Amino acid sequence: MKKIDLVAPAGSLLALKAAVDKGADAVYLGLKNATNARNFGGLNFGDADIRSGVDYAHARGRQVLFAINTYPQARNVQEWRSAIDTAVKMGADAVILADPGLMAYARDTHPSLRLHLSVQGSATTIDAIELMREQFQIKRAVLPRVLTLPEIEKIIRQTSVEIEVFGFGSLCVMAEGRCLLSSYVTGDSPNNKGACSPAHAISWQEVDHSLYARLGGTLIDIYAPGEPAGYPTLCKGRFEVEGELDYALEEPTSLNGIGLLPKLVEIGVAALKIEGRQRSPAYVSQVVATLRAALDAAEKDPARYAPRQEWMTILAKHSEGAQVTQGAFERPWK
Amino acid sequence: MNTQKIALAPLAYYWSREETLSFYLDAVNWPVDIIYLGEVVCSRRRELKLEDRLSLAEELRAAGKEVVMSTQTLIDNESDRRSMHRLIERAVASGLRVEANDLSAVRMLHELKQSFVAGPHLNIYHAGTLSWFAGLGATRFLPPLELPATDLHALQQTRPQGVQTEVQVWGRMALAFSARCFTARHYRLKKDNCEFRCQSHPDGLLLSSRDGGQFLNLNGIQTQSAGCTDLSTQLPELTKMQVDVLRIQPQSRHTGEVVAAFAMARDKGQAALLSASLFPAQSTPCNGYWFGAPGMLEKQNDAVNA
Repeated sequence: MKKIDLVAPAGSLLALKAAVDKGADAVYLGLKNATNARNFGGLNFGDADIRSGVDYAHARGRQVLFAINTYPQARNVQEWRSAIDTAVKMGADAVILADPGLMAYARDTHPSLRLHLSVQGSATTIDAIELMREQFQIKRAVLPRVLTLPEIEKIIRQTSVEIEVFGFGSLCVMAEGRCLLSSYVTGDSPNNKGACSPAHAISWQEVDHSLYARLGGTLIDIYAPGEPAGYPTLCKGRFEVEGELDYALEEPTSLNGIGLLPKLVEIGVAALKIEGRQRSPAYVSQVVATLRAALDAAEKDPARYAPRQEWMTILAKHSEGAQVTQGAFERPWK
Repeated sequence: MNTQKIALAPLAYYWSREETLSFYLDAVNWPVDIIYLGEVVCSRRRELKLEDRLSLAEELRAAGKEVVMSTQTLIDNESDRRSMHRLIERAVASGLRVEANDLSAVRMLHELKQSFVAGPHLNIYHAGTLSWFAGLGATRFLPPLELPATDLHALQQTRPQGVQTEVQVWGRMALAFSARCFTARHYRLKKDNCEFRCQSHPDGLLLSSRDGGQFLNLNGIQTQSAGCTDLSTQLPELTKMQVDVLRIQPQSRHTGEVVAAFAMARDKGQAALLSASLFPAQSTPCNGYWFGAPGMLEKQNDAVNA
């Protein structure tokens, strides 16, 4: 049976090295601009760091994937095309793209470049994936976090395109690539700026010992004194519906698929992605090490596999609100 | 003469069979040129079956309307995928055009060599992507809701021949789609056993921010803006940019009056005048996206520096 590639986030050179050292098969990174979906201040790679990072990974037999997975904007398409050229020049093993127009550019300009369809490309069916294969010869598709395991299995059976799924990290509750909540409030979205609930739009205010979190002026949560306050991502705020205050869309929680690894191996998932290019090198180091150990165990003896308590403890520590879910992998979440 | 057309978007909410049919019966008499029919949100909504929609389409067509069948936006299981295939097969057999709302529908329409409308969630932000969709058969497209006027202007400059542009000028915006049903979640129900609670909310279920502001609007797996897009004052600009079709979202009340106001403004070549009473309940006007600002804001026209 083919092994699952562990694909790790690298928001910095330190994180990249940590991921490689702890056993990631591939790392993914982005440039310092709106061409990637984690366009955050202080994050991502300049040319010198890319060179060192690619050398470091390649010297150890690992791959470097370039995420250029936002949507080129009408008046600035060249920035995205240049990002593809840069990736090729720097020795990218593949580029992760969402936009068909950009795919066409990559295919025509760099015919031997390996193309992955980003989760932001929002391909949730076999038809969508096959269309992108027929048109652009994509080699891999990253599935949006909307599919149950049985649906993922059906897709895998029907395509030669490798399938990558999210294994751990912050959970998007909406179908990726089709969510404008952030731009409705701040002007910036994952599609147009590579950012969701961007830091520049967030303001904190202390009122009577409570903490008010505003996004673009909209009050999306109030934390009581002593209550831990997480990053105020829009869809994980508390809101009022029919007089009831609740996490109306989703709790602050992270996806944790570690309990499902034998099943993912069995159905033929090609790659397991860890979310979190915005997270610290320590996060990358510990999460990669944990998933590496778990994946090795699941591949070696799937029948007797069970997540170890220490793995769960480490992953919980790195989860939003210290909570985890198996998300859309399991029907009841819906 | 202004040949701009007015379109009714696919109904986003779950109304009863009687309400839905009576809505479209009324629409026959409105100055609306194009009517999109189809369940774009949730396959559990079956008050109207495919057969019902097709016969409704025939009636509307007989009354002189162009009818387009819209596909479901988020298809996350094999059964919904097959329903989409069936809808396209039947639409094509009836000579009806289809609005493709995801890449699966695009593939099928391309394989069948059918021209289609590329829906608003296909992420057509720039010329390269528009020409890709045109190459697959798109003869009309809707830009993403968040696209600013300046970018729409750029897109229009390089628009392939034979491709029309349609822009949503009125109504709440579909901002997000999820595998999860938020209406069911609110009532502590499972999606598979949702008791069709969205039927009790003909204009969606309002969600307020902590400061009490009308913020979002839950509509099953779809999350809408609480704010109602109003591009009535941008009408002259839309005409200048050669936008071919103005899209209006159905709402439970006053849709006919909204259509009439836009039709009159189009005929006079002016901004439309819509009274505050025409907005959906618990909503306020917004147009921020047009100005490259947060979508929920309401801006004045002179702020444009295109």
